[in-house]
Amino acid sequence: MKVLVAVKRVVDFNVKVRVKADGTGVETANVKMSMNPFDEIGVEEAVRLKEGGKATEVIAVSLGPTQCQETIRTALAMGADRGIHVQTDVELQPLAVAKLLKAVVDKEQPQLCILGKQAIDDDANQTGQMLAALLSWSQATFASKLVINGDGTANVTREVDGGLETIQAKLPLVMTTDLRLNEPRYASLPNIMKAKKKPIEQLTPEALGVDPAPRLKTLKVVEPPKRKAGVKVKSVAELVDKLRNEAKVI
Amino acid sequence: MPTYTAPLDDMRFVLFELLGADKLAELPGFGDATQDVVEAVLEEAGKFAANELQPINHSGDEEGCHYENGTVTTPKGFKEAYAKFIEGGWTGLPCDPEFGGQGLPKVVNFAVEEMICSANLSFGMYPGLSNGAYNALALHGTSEQKATYLPKLVAGTWSGTMCLTEPHCGTDLGLIKTRAEPDADGSYKITGTKIFISAGEHDLTDNIVHLVLARLPDAPAGIRGISLFVCPKFIPNTSGEAGPRNAVRCGSIEHKMGIKASATCVMNFDGATAWLVGQPNKGMSAMFTMMNAARLAVGMQGLGIAEAAYQGAVMYAKDRLQMRALSGAKFPDKPADPIIVHPDVRRMLLTMRALTEGCRAVSYWVGMELDISRHHPDEKRRQEADDLVALLTPVVKAFLTDHGFHAANLGVQVFGGHGYIREWGMEQLVRDARITQIYEGTNGIQGLDLVGRKLSLGMGRLLRRFFHPVGAYLEAAAEKPEMVEFALPSMKAFAKLQQATAWLAQAGLKNPEEAGAAATDYLRLFALVALAYMWCRMAEIALRKQAGEKAPFYEAKLVCARFFMTRLLPETNTLFATLTSGSQTLMALPAEAF
Repeated sequence: MKVLVAVKRVVDFNVKVRVKADGTGVETANVKMSMNPFDEIGVEEAVRLKEGGKATEVIAVSLGPTQCQETIRTALAMGADRGIHVQTDVELQPLAVAKLLKAVVDKEQPQLCILGKQAIDDDANQTGQMLAALLSWSQATFASKLVINGDGTANVTREVDGGLETIQAKLPLVMTTDLRLNEPRYASLPNIMKAKKKPIEQLTPEALGVDPAPRLKTLKVVEPPKRKAGVKVKSVAELVDKLRNEAKVI
Repeated sequence: MPTYTAPLDDMRFVLFELLGADKLAELPGFGDATQDVVEAVLEEAGKFAANELQPINHSGDEEGCHYENGTVTTPKGFKEAYAKFIEGGWTGLPCDPEFGGQGLPKVVNFAVEEMICSANLSFGMYPGLSNGAYNALALHGTSEQKATYLPKLVAGTWSGTMCLTEPHCGTDLGLIKTRAEPDADGSYKITGTKIFISAGEHDLTDNIVHLVLARLPDAPAGIRGISLFVCPKFIPNTSGEAGPRNAVRCGSIEHKMGIKASATCVMNFDGATAWLVGQPNKGMSAMFTMMNAARLAVGMQGLGIAEAAYQGAVMYAKDRLQMRALSGAKFPDKPADPIIVHPDVRRMLLTMRALTEGCRAVSYWVGMELDISRHHPDEKRRQEADDLVALLTPVVKAFLTDHGFHAANLGVQVFGGHGYIREWGMEQLVRDARITQIYEGTNGIQGLDLVGRKLSLGMGRLLRRFFHPVGAYLEAAAEKPEMVEFALPSMKAFAKLQQATAWLAQAGLKNPEEAGAAATDYLRLFALVALAYMWCRMAEIALRKQAGEKAPFYEAKLVCARFFMTRLLPETNTLFATLTSGSQTLMALPAEAF
C-alpha cells in the first residue's frame, strides 16, 4: 500500500507572528519556516505504517514555492521514501490544494492519504475534507488512532466533542491527523544524510491540469485587539447590573 | 530556569558567510557535507539539545550520580536521553563511514558539541569521552582493535574513557605508577589506580572501553616509559559482544563542585586484561593525538556555557522590572522598566555576546582548518592548516573556557539575587564551567604549551601561519575608509602581540622563568588579537549586507564589533604591560614567606 502525505510549509510555531504594515497578510520574509506540526504527525504515522509492514512506500507532497523542497526534505529525513513538489508562487487556498492533491493522487494511486487536520497558519480545516469529496473516497478526520485492517478497511479513532469515536472506513481513505495520534520522532543523523539522495519529483499546476488561482480575496489582516484592563466591582448587585446592561450576557 | 535555543543564525553566519564552509563539500571525503545537509543537521541537533538535553540539565545537577557497590547510576532521564541520542546516530557524526560513522566535517561536530554543552554539559561528557577513545584507537589501534571497538563506539552502544590521572600525578604524567605485565597470549595485565576518570562507570552503555596509560616492566623512567592500553569493562567475546567481566572496577565517585551528572570515578585495575595500543613506551604521543582533539572539545564546552549564560541573562534582563531608565521611563505603562535599559546591564550582556560570538568565529575557524589539515588534496595546504590548529589549540582551550566561566558569572550578576538561587539555573553554569578551566591541561598549562612549545616549533613556523595572514588582512582592511574603525584598533593590538612575542623570545633566552611568568597573559593577548581579526572580517561582511533583507542581524553584528573594538580589545594594553613587567615580582618572595 502506498501512502501519500501532504506537508505544508508554514511559519514556525515558535515565531511570534506579525501582521504586515499594509495589512495584506502576515510577515513571512526572514521568518523561520517549518513543517506544519499536524503534517509532521502525518509523516510520522505514515513512516510507522511502513515500519510496521502495512505500507510499502511513503510519498511526501508539498505545494508552493521552491523553498517547499526544504519541507519535503524534512519529511524524507523522517523516513518518507520520495517527494513530489508542485511548484507555484500563486497563493494557494484549500480548494486549489485539494484539486492539486487529487491530481497527484490520480497519478500515484495511493490507498491512504494523510493530511494534517489543519495548518497552523490559516487554520482552514478544509483541505482533507475537500480532497475526500473530490476523490469520492472515505474520510476520517481528527484521527487520534489508526489501525489498518487486513480486509481493506481501517479503524480510525476520532477526537470528537463528547470523547472518542471509532469508525471503520473503507480504503482508499483520506485521513486527517489530530495532535494525539503520535509524537513525531527526531530525524536521525543517518536519515538526514540519506534524505539528500532521495528523489523529489518536480511538477507544476499546469502539468497537472489544475488552475490554482485563488477564489477568495483577503480584504484585511489585523492584529487581535489588545485586552483592556479589568474593573473591580463593589458589590454583587453591581456585577449583576454590569452583566445585564453592559455585557448583555444575562 | 533558562531555556535554550540553538543560535542557528549565528552558526550559519560563521560557517557559511565568514568561513566559507560550503567549500568543504569539495574536499575528498566530504561530498555529502553540502550546505543544505549541514544546515539540516544543525537544526535537528539544536532541537534535540533544546528539547531532550536541556530539560534534564538542572534535575541532573540536583540529583547527581549514585554510587553503590561498584555500580554507578546516572540521574533520572539520562539513560533515556542517551538512548535517543544514539538512536539518532549523533555519536557517529564525525566518525569514519567505514565503521558506521557519517564522516561529516569536524567543524560541524564543533557546532553540535557547542549545542550539547549549552544544553547539558554533564550529558556531553559521555559521548565526548567516547569520541576521544574513538580518535585514539582510529589513529593508533591495530586493524583488529579497530574492528572490535570502533563500530561500537561509533554506534554509542559502548562508551570510552581516558585513564591518565593517578592520585599522585595529574599534569606530570611521567610519574605514572600503573603497571602492565605481559601475558603469554600477547595481552597484558594492568594493575593500579586511576582517579578523576570521567564516565569511568555508568549505566548508559553495554560496555565501557578504557584507554589506560601504564608502564611496561622494562620501561624507562619518566614520560618516555609510558604505554597506551585498551582495557574494556567487559572483554569482547568471539561474536564481538560484551563478554566476561574484566578486573577493572569503580571504587567510588567524586563529590564535585559542578558537572554533577557526569560520573567522575576512581578506577581500580586489579590485573585487568588489556591490549597494547600503538608502540611500547610511545603512549604519550598516542594519547596526545586524543588530547589535542579533547582540548578543542573542552574549548567548545566553554563556548557552550557562555552561550547558555547569555541567553538566560537576556531573557531575565528583558523581563525583570526594576527602577526606571536613567534618562526617563522607557516603558511608562509598566510599573518599572526592564533592567535591560541600564547601561551597566548592557555592558554585561554585550561583553558576553561580543566575546561569545568572537570565540565561536575563532573556534569554528580552527575546526575548518582541522578538516582541511586532514582532507585537503594539497600537502602544503594540509601542513599549513595543521600548523595553525596546533598553534591555536591552547588558545581555544584556555580562552574559551575562561570566557565560559566569566560569562556564567556575568549571567549570575545580571540575575542579581536570583542568580545565586539554585532554581534559576544560573549558578549551575558557573559551577559547571569551572572544571573546563582545569581539565585536559589546566589553562596555565595551555599558556606554557603556547609559549614553551608552539612558538618555538619550526623556528616560529607555526606563528607565521597566524601572523602573516592576519597582518596582511589588517593592512588591506585599514585602506578601506569604512573599515578603519575596526582595522586600526586591531592593528594596534596585533602590534602589541608582535612586540610581546619579540620580548618573550629575548627575555626567555636569558631566563626561562620569564616564559612561565608571561604565559597566561600572553595567551590572552593572543586570543584577543585572534578575536579582533575575526571581528574585523565579520564587520566587513556585515557592512556589505546591512542594507539587505536581514538588516537587523548585520546591524547587531556591527554594534558588537564596535563594542569589542572599543571596550574589550583595550585589555591588550594591560596584558602587554603586565607581561613585559617580567617575572621579578613573581619570583622575589621566598616560598616560606607565603
